[in-house]
Amino acid sequence: MTKQIHLAAHFPGVNNTTVWSDPASGSQIDFDSFRHLAQTAERGKFDFFFLAEGLRLREAKGHIHDLDVVGRPESLTVLSALAAVTTHLGLAATVNSTFNEPYEVARRLATLDHLSGGRAAWNVVTSFDAFTGENFRRGGFLDEADRYTRAKEFLQTARELWDSWASDAVAADPESGRFLRPGGVTPFRHQGRHFDISGLFNVPRGPQGHPVIIQAGDSDEGREFAASSADVIFSRHSKLEEGRAFYRDVKRRLAAYGRRPEELKILPAVTYVLGDTEAEAAERAVEIRRAQVSPQTAIYFLEAVWGRDLSGYDPDGPLPDVEPNLDEGVSKGHAAFRRDRGELVAKWRALAEEKNLSIRELAIEVSAPQTFIGTPRSVADVIDHFVQTDAADGFIFVPHLTPGGLDDLVDKVVPLLQERGVFRTDYTGPTLRDHLGLAPRTPNRIEETS
Amino acid sequence: MTLHLAVALDGAGWHPAAWRAGGARPDRLFTPGYWAELVTEAERGLLDFVTFEDALGLQSSHLNEPDGRLDQVRGRLDAVLIASRVAPLSSWIGLVPTAGTTHTEPFHVAIGIASLDHISRGRAGWRPQISGRPDHVAHFGRRPPFPPQDYSRDRDPVFGEHVLDLFAEAADAVEVVRRLWDSWEDDAEIRDVPTGRFVDRDRLHYIDFRGEWFSVKGPSITPRSPQGQPLVTSLAHDTLPYEFAARSSDVVYVTPRDREDAAAIVESVRAAEAAVGRTEPPLRIFADLVVFLDARDAAGRKARLDDLDGAELDSDAHVFTGTPEELAGLLLEWREAGLEGFRLRPGELPHDLVAITRSLVPALQNAGAFRTAYDTVDLRGRLGLARPASRYAKAS
Repeated sequence: MTKQIHLAAHFPGVNNTTVWSDPASGSQIDFDSFRHLAQTAERGKFDFFFLAEGLRLREAKGHIHDLDVVGRPESLTVLSALAAVTTHLGLAATVNSTFNEPYEVARRLATLDHLSGGRAAWNVVTSFDAFTGENFRRGGFLDEADRYTRAKEFLQTARELWDSWASDAVAADPESGRFLRPGGVTPFRHQGRHFDISGLFNVPRGPQGHPVIIQAGDSDEGREFAASSADVIFSRHSKLEEGRAFYRDVKRRLAAYGRRPEELKILPAVTYVLGDTEAEAAERAVEIRRAQVSPQTAIYFLEAVWGRDLSGYDPDGPLPDVEPNLDEGVSKGHAAFRRDRGELVAKWRALAEEKNLSIRELAIEVSAPQTFIGTPRSVADVIDHFVQTDAADGFIFVPHLTPGGLDDLVDKVVPLLQERGVFRTDYTGPTLRDHLGLAPRTPNRIEETS
Repeated sequence: MTLHLAVALDGAGWHPAAWRAGGARPDRLFTPGYWAELVTEAERGLLDFVTFEDALGLQSSHLNEPDGRLDQVRGRLDAVLIASRVAPLSSWIGLVPTAGTTHTEPFHVAIGIASLDHISRGRAGWRPQISGRPDHVAHFGRRPPFPPQDYSRDRDPVFGEHVLDLFAEAADAVEVVRRLWDSWEDDAEIRDVPTGRFVDRDRLHYIDFRGEWFSVKGPSITPRSPQGQPLVTSLAHDTLPYEFAARSSDVVYVTPRDREDAAAIVESVRAAEAAVGRTEPPLRIFADLVVFLDARDAAGRKARLDDLDGAELDSDAHVFTGTPEELAGLLLEWREAGLEGFRLRPGELPHDLVAITRSLVPALQNAGAFRTAYDTVDLRGRLGLARPASRYAKAS
């Protein structure tokens, strides 16, 4: 049976995928940029629009990292505003479970679900670093080993809060004088390792019951968490074979939780470049990667692996001859390069020697190439092939330009997918759960006893 | 000089039985359209701003625990998100949500309100609010239990100390939020291609706040917003909250019973400003009033709501019933006591809001006391407050 593809749009983030030096690159903070990208995604009938989060500015060598985009708004606040200028598009916020409390997050997500008519999604992320903790009351309080136990308990607690209001708890009946139905709001009590809370939740159940839950963890623990609790996985496995392996592995885990494979959608994050010919697309892809890896970014890229200051080296010259300092971490606030740096240095030196690459050329060569490069037709073919052969259920597209970075995808590739009958030509329901083919969460009505 | 007029939005209005009135829309309280219509109506009346109430717990007629009542509006959406939801649908009116200082992380508040300011192009404000309720503490489980609230016993050593702490913590929270709003200088984003730098990190600042309740490093993750410092407003009934306002706020809402009381309160607020050594422009003092407005017999309408609720409306603010013209007269008279404006709490929505925008406002305009068109988008500017430079910017 032909699978239907799911598509999502990622607002360009604070890493070097986002090209800010291009004359066509717009504001990263002006609401019009968010509006443009969201409305483009909705024109393309995408499932949802996605915002990432980072609660501390990234640092390198003890300074704020200044080579990539810096700065972004609060996710839920922007998504609530986007709900006013879109009608069907799902709205996904990344919200940290470490530096928040369930009561507050549950009510903000339920609020977004109400204010968007059932389009809210929550990408549940965890962090444990004291670095981010310095911006919050509790500081760095969590061990790495505990981050998933806290995230799981956090989500579980949020679900208990959402379920504490029956879907028909609000009667609002002036005749009987009952605003709430008796028994419609149940007191909650959660006692666990991370949360010991009780009382009354104060937001009625949202149109979706629970917002769509997204999870991005890749470790064994992360995959298990997703299999038990998530509706969507934000996956980093965007190559065909590893995508299939990940897909098989995660879908296999669902049965243990009494879930069917189609109840969890796997959406790898991908980038793309289009051209009128394959050659033109390939050429554009190289240009974009040169823009993504500026001379300064190339040095930074190597510093993160070498663990030392390499600012004295010429980006257009050969690789540094000094040995890496494996004890020293250079960058804070992002996850790359935490392991195996020694091996990596050896590999890069061999590669640079073999192909005669400068620092910058090497950085371009080894940094991730765009996932899909080609004509609209060949890219549509590949997208469909990935989905039909179970490497993915769809994709989260990460454009390199704000805000016009998805314009050509929506104008040129989406129609081809629609022609093939593998992507919707219009929305069939109002909620994000409808778009994703997920059942609403248990209706949870009051038992009529009288 | 034009009078400043704000409206406080909450649920179906400020009378607990307002949702049962003929024109009420109780089944729509949790829909975006409800809020959009109210804010559009307020903007039609050229009002300065609207405020949105909020709390981290279910409404209750008891000070310390839930009341179990089913006959009043219960449930509230997050105020910052309501404000943001209506921002793209309005162009001029200020949007001032409530967010707490007791349980909410100041970092989250700072980026939420700054984002609202970006989205609304400079129309955002914030009403910081302490929460002394023991039942709300249990929703978070992070702090030791709170003593029962009894404001008649504010000299009680335990309760008095506790309230002092809540206000001191709130002042720290506002200080953190304000520093975070300044932590990006206006021109921090440089996009300098030759040096490969997106920002000039010398124009991004750690705030390094250390206090008794929390420490926050900074900088914010959100670039400085159109107003730089969104408008901070707070409600105050006594010396301690007057001093909090004098330290932390741009606008203070007070609750005089009459003109004489208004004059006494204005004096107390000015004394609080002196006591804390305020260096900012003087507080804009707004009086809060609950209003029921009709061409005839507003008092009768209010009495019928009282009957439905089973009790006379109990309010911290003066309750006005009468014609819009009478209210216009009262506002102009009270204003002489030194008030810059009023925050009207409509008894019943949308009825009393529409009476404000379509009858009260024209009456004030006829008296030459209210604007006939908006002239500035940014909320600070509307209140005569300049856009401050970042406190971290080096004088050049």
